[in-house]
Amino acid sequence: MNAILAIARKDLRIEWRTRTLLARVVPFALLVLVLFAVALDSEPLLLRAAAGLVWLAMLFAAMLLVQRSFDVETADHALDSLLSFVSSPSKVFFGKALSMFVQLFALAVVLLGAAVVLYGARVDGDGVVLLVTVLITATIGLSVVGTLYGVVVANMSGRDSLLPLLALPVLAPLLIGAARATEAALGSDTIDLANGWAWVALLVTYAVVFGSAGAVAFAPLAQSDS
Amino acid sequence: MKTGTTTTRVLGIFALMITTWVVVSAFFLTPADVVQGDSVRIMYAHVPTAWIAYLAFVTTAVASGLSLTRKHRTLGFDRVAGASAEVGVLFMAMTLITGSLWGRLTWGTFWQWDPRLTTTLFLFVTYVGYLAIRRVDVDPVRRARRSSVIALLAVLEIPLVHFSVVLWRSLHQEASVLNTDGDVRLDDLMLFTLFSGVVAFTLIFVWLVVHRQRLAAMSDVERLVGLDVAITARRAESTVGGGGR
Amino acid sequence: MKDLGFILASWIITLGSIGVLAIMTLRRARELSSRIPDEHKPWV
Repeated sequence: MNAILAIARKDLRIEWRTRTLLARVVPFALLVLVLFAVALDSEPLLLRAAAGLVWLAMLFAAMLLVQRSFDVETADHALDSLLSFVSSPSKVFFGKALSMFVQLFALAVVLLGAAVVLYGARVDGDGVVLLVTVLITATIGLSVVGTLYGVVVANMSGRDSLLPLLALPVLAPLLIGAARATEAALGSDTIDLANGWAWVALLVTYAVVFGSAGAVAFAPLAQSDS
Repeated sequence: MKTGTTTTRVLGIFALMITTWVVVSAFFLTPADVVQGDSVRIMYAHVPTAWIAYLAFVTTAVASGLSLTRKHRTLGFDRVAGASAEVGVLFMAMTLITGSLWGRLTWGTFWQWDPRLTTTLFLFVTYVGYLAIRRVDVDPVRRARRSSVIALLAVLEIPLVHFSVVLWRSLHQEASVLNTDGDVRLDDLMLFTLFSGVVAFTLIFVWLVVHRQRLAAMSDVERLVGLDVAITARRAESTVGGGGR
Repeated sequence: MKDLGFILASWIITLGSIGVLAIMTLRRARELSSRIPDEHKPWV
């Protein structure tokens, strides 16, 4: 547990020093939301699509963060030395996923705020609990899958185009679930709160499945040679 | 010698013969369907390709699992997985194209966001990614390990995609525009033609995978031998030239 | 036959792409096997 926290703290400290999230990823994600608004050019349509657009922007931003997180490790074979310091490779996986979770959660809060301001989305009493649950479960799923596919493409040439190609199809169920549940939490005509909770069940399953898969698969993927 | 052997040649001849029979039967012998009309003739190509596409991905998954867990023949199983995915992606593309042509005739639209179609589409994209990553790794051992893990992750992904799309559609409250689900009442000849199609395409699949797996084995050898030759040449150069240039 | 264009297109795409893949495979096999010695081909 200590190793996990130490690795997460290390990643977050690097993040804090370089300020990639603050200086590049958050502006990029906000820009995506603005561009969606310009492209759709209809306020009722935007309000209807708000939840989906927020999560789409999250997925794109996550791709940037994951690449950043593993660029740090591939320089000077840092990942190899990191692996040699911990008792089990899965600790590195969970450590990196944890730091990813912290950053993505902060981003999700910012983006939802932007949806309230820019798209006129409304968060009211009953929806808050659901909204927070969705944010947490979906962000966990996004962090574990991002970390898992991040290590797949780490060290590879052309990884910046490979990562989205590999990770986005896998993230499709998460996108569907998070978007629909968030829509339910924001109050919509097409989906009610109870259905929103059904989606949370899917998001939890997703996070558990890929969390355990990541813990198992991290070791064979991270080994630099046979 | 090339990649062909007596077995593959016999296999190929059988595949060609049965395919010819399927084409003749699909176009001239079988009747038009009561509901679908002549568009049912697309089905004799569409259903077997879809079956092969899924068979290919099951093969890839099983071979990847064996490649990861077995101590011996790791690379061999990985090459089967890769060859099967290559063939599978092609068949999946054909499934999607012929399916949407059929859908245009039967439903009036090329595409419907129903669970089966959406899952197939995501499966296709997933394996396109799998093939892309196989191209990057030069070292066969590394490629085997990495791509096997990805293939097994895809096995986790696909049921989740399917389940989420089912849930998505079932909670979707807009009325479905089109209700034709394309059920067919098949007579004996139609059923037999469909079945022959599946047999023919399975033979074609085996033939392609065997050949492409041998092809992959040869290009792996070439890469390793090429490396050896380069290293030997470099050594010779350095001893003759006294430290090289 | 109604919708003959769609039906023909489906079959041509299906059989055509299988054929193209098969021919490409054989051609590449011929090219590679001329360079690889037979001891590396367990199927021979």
